[in-house]
Amino acid sequence: MTITTENGASLSVRYFAWMREHTGTDLETIALPDSVINVGDLVPHLSAMSDGHALALKNMKAVRVAVNRTYGDLDTPVTAGDEVAFFPPVTGG
Amino acid sequence: MSVRVQTGDFDVGAESRALQAETVGGIALFVGTVRGLSSDDGVTAMTLEHFPGMTESELERIEAEARQRWPLEDVTIIHRVGRLLPGEQIVMVAAASAHRQAAFDAAQFIMDFLKTDAPFWKAEERDGKTSWVDAKDSDDAARDRWTG
Repeated sequence: MTITTENGASLSVRYFAWMREHTGTDLETIALPDSVINVGDLVPHLSAMSDGHALALKNMKAVRVAVNRTYGDLDTPVTAGDEVAFFPPVTGG
Repeated sequence: MSVRVQTGDFDVGAESRALQAETVGGIALFVGTVRGLSSDDGVTAMTLEHFPGMTESELERIEAEARQRWPLEDVTIIHRVGRLLPGEQIVMVAAASAHRQAAFDAAQFIMDFLKTDAPFWKAEERDGKTSWVDAKDSDDAARDRWTG
């Protein structure tokens, strides 16, 4: 799904593992609302997109965040063009 | 320096020989494999997903931190992705140094941080059903002893 605002401010959002399964997508481009200045602001906006998004993002304590492929948290700023990734705690090795 | 994420298998002997050099006195090499058919853990296969791009940059960051702490001649980190069967190799970390203690410690440090920071996720197949593996608190504890 691609939505852009009139000024074209958009954000890429990625999901992995069970979050990808719940949201039904691994990558979506969303319009960046003016009110969103950090990851914490973005979460309720994404949760409103579908029941699956709401389920995936229900417990942010069980979720890790990366902005532009560097670990962040709910206070990490987001701006137009950023890539925000949500995923469960990692289980490699 | 070598970080590789790949679907194919790897040859531990060849990787070890590739790290041999006149300045190297020891190579500590850890290989992780898929644990399958123990009595209480009937895993028939495992599929590994990762975050291309971030995985490599996290592994390179972990390697760089290890090189800051110990005098290492070389490091190799290989991690497989895709569907793997019990007994197959998943991961290899090899650290080469002039002396054994640095090699042992660095290999353990890299594995401990790989487990908690590198964006890989395992899904296990059991009785025909697939489920995502939960992260373990013991892995966080293993990492945190390096920062205490």
